[in-house]
Amino acid sequence: MSALKAVQAVRSGRIDATRVRAVVRKEITDYRRNRFILGTMTVLPIVFLVNPIINIFAAPTSLTRSALDARVGSTMLFLLLVPVILPATISATSIVTEREQGTLEPVLTTPVRSEELLIGKALAALIPAAALAYAMLGVFLLAVKLFAHQQIADATLEGPRILAQVLFVPLLAGWAIWAGIAVSVRADDVRVAQQLGTLASLPPLAITALMAFNVITPTFRLAVLFAVGLLLLDAGAYRLIAPMFDRERLITARRSK
Amino acid sequence: MTRVQEDPVLVVDKLTKTFGSRTAYSDVSFTVGRGEVFGFLGPNGAGKTTTVRSLGTLITPTSGRATVAGIPLEAANAVEIRKRIAIMTEAPGLYGRLSVTENLQYFVGLHHLSNGAERIKNALEAVNLSDRARDTCNSLSKGLRQRVGLARTLLNDPEILFLDEPTSGLDPVAARGVHDLISGLRDRGVTIFFTTHRLAEAEALCDRVAILNTTLRTIGNPSELREQLFNKGLTVTTAAPLPDPDRVFTGLPGVESWDADGTAAAAYHLAVSDPAVAAPEVVRALVHAKADVLSVGESRHSLEDVYLELVNEDVEASRR
Repeated sequence: MSALKAVQAVRSGRIDATRVRAVVRKEITDYRRNRFILGTMTVLPIVFLVNPIINIFAAPTSLTRSALDARVGSTMLFLLLVPVILPATISATSIVTEREQGTLEPVLTTPVRSEELLIGKALAALIPAAALAYAMLGVFLLAVKLFAHQQIADATLEGPRILAQVLFVPLLAGWAIWAGIAVSVRADDVRVAQQLGTLASLPPLAITALMAFNVITPTFRLAVLFAVGLLLLDAGAYRLIAPMFDRERLITARRSK
Repeated sequence: MTRVQEDPVLVVDKLTKTFGSRTAYSDVSFTVGRGEVFGFLGPNGAGKTTTVRSLGTLITPTSGRATVAGIPLEAANAVEIRKRIAIMTEAPGLYGRLSVTENLQYFVGLHHLSNGAERIKNALEAVNLSDRARDTCNSLSKGLRQRVGLARTLLNDPEILFLDEPTSGLDPVAARGVHDLISGLRDRGVTIFFTTHRLAEAEALCDRVAILNTTLRTIGNPSELREQLFNKGLTVTTAAPLPDPDRVFTGLPGVESWDADGTAAAAYHLAVSDPAVAAPEVVRALVHAKADVLSVGESRHSLEDVYLELVNEDVEASRR
C-alpha cells in the first residue's frame, strides 16, 4: 500500500485512526521510560550537534566560496545523521522486542490491522526523531547567525540549503524507519536487528554525502529530484514491508500457508 | 435440545493444521454452546495452543472449517472475529514500564472502544486490582500480572473468552483467585474456552472437556467421560487380607469380577453392574466370612484417570 493509498484507506475507514493513535501514544510513553532509548536520544543529538558547530567555527575565513560551500555541506550532513540513525535504532527494535517480551501476541489478538500497527510504530519513531533533528538544526543555525563570521554565516544560511535540510529530515527518517521495521519484522534477535537496521538506513545518506562533498553538484532541481525519489522510496518500502508482517510467522516463526 | 445444539457460539469442523511435515492438530471437530465453560486438555505439544491461535485468527488452518462467534473463520473475517473474542495468552505479555491502567488504555484504543475509563474501572474491579491501577506492571507479582491479563480480556465484553493455561506457573492461592474469576465470568454468561494441564481445575470449572492429543480423543462432561471409560465399581477395605477372597466375591449378585488393589494390602476392587444392588450383597458376604470390614464404597474415578487412560493409550499405540 502506498502512502497515498494509506491515506485513502484512513478516509474510507479501512485504517482506523484511533488504533493508530493508540499505538503512537503507547510507543512514545514507553520510549520516555526506556533508558536505552532516552540515552540514545540524549547522547546522539549532543554528539552530532557539537561536532558540526566545532567544524563550522573552525573553518578559516580565507577559504574560497566553493571550498566553503563544501565545508558547510559536509558540516550540515552531520545534522542529517540523527534523523537516520535514531529512528533506525528505534524502529529496528520495535517488533522484535515485542516478540521477545511476549507482548506482540496479545496485540495481534485485537482487531488492530497490520497496517495500523506499522503506521503507528513508524509515526512513533518519526515524531521524536524529526523533533530532535529540527531542534538541532535550529540551534545550529542560531549559533551560526549569532557567533559565526559573516562569510561563513552567509554560506550556511542560504534558503535552498535550509529548505533541503528541512525537507530531507522526514524523508531520510521515513526511509530509515521502514528499513528498521523491515529488519525488525524478520529478525529474531534485538542486537542483530539494531545493527542491520542502522546499516540498511544508510544508503540514501550516501547520496546526500555526495552532494554535500560536491561530487554531485547540488542544485535546487537535483535536491527536489532526490526528495521526490526518497518519497517514492518511502512509499515503495512500505509496499514491500506491509506484506512481510506475517502474523503466523511472527508468532510461530513459521511462514503461513 | 441442549444449550450446545440450541445456541452454538463456536463450531469447529474437521480443522487441521500442519507445519511442513509436522501435524499440530488434525481433524478436530467440536461445538461449544453460549455461556458454556469448555476445557481443552492435552499433554504438551498436543496442539491446544495452536488450536486457540487458529480460532483466534492468528494462525491459518490448513484445512477444515470453523465458525467463531457466528462468523466463518476466514482471513477476510479476521478483524470482525477479533472484535468479538478475547484471548489471554499463557504469558500475560504486559508492557512492564507502563502502569496497569496504561496497559489497559492501550488495548481500549486497539479495540476502538468507547467509555474506555468506565471499561477499565469495571475490568479492574472484576479482578480486584483497582488499588494497583497506577503501579507499573514490572512491580507486580506473577499472579497479579495474570490478573491484569485477565482484566485486559474483559475490556471488549467478548462473546468468547479464550484462556490459554491461565493458571500456569501460579501458586495455589493465585490459581484459586483465577478460578474464582472464571466462575464469576461463567455466572455473567461469558463463554469460556480454556486450556489447562490442571485436571482438577478442569473438573471443577468446566461444563464439558475435550481431550486433545493431536487428534481429539474424547469430549463430554467429566462424569460422562468417567462412565464411558470406566466400569462401575466398589472398593472394599478390610482390616486384614481375606484368606480366600475369590470365595467371598465370586458369584455374588451384581458383581462381575474382582481384583486386589495393588496400593493397599487388604483392599479389593469389584466391577459391578449396579453399585446399589451389589453393595448390600458384598457387605453380607463379608460379614458371613467374618471379615473386619473397614469400608465399602463406590469407586470414584477422577478426570485425571480419564486423561491418563486416553493419553497412555496413545503412548502405547505409538510404541507399537
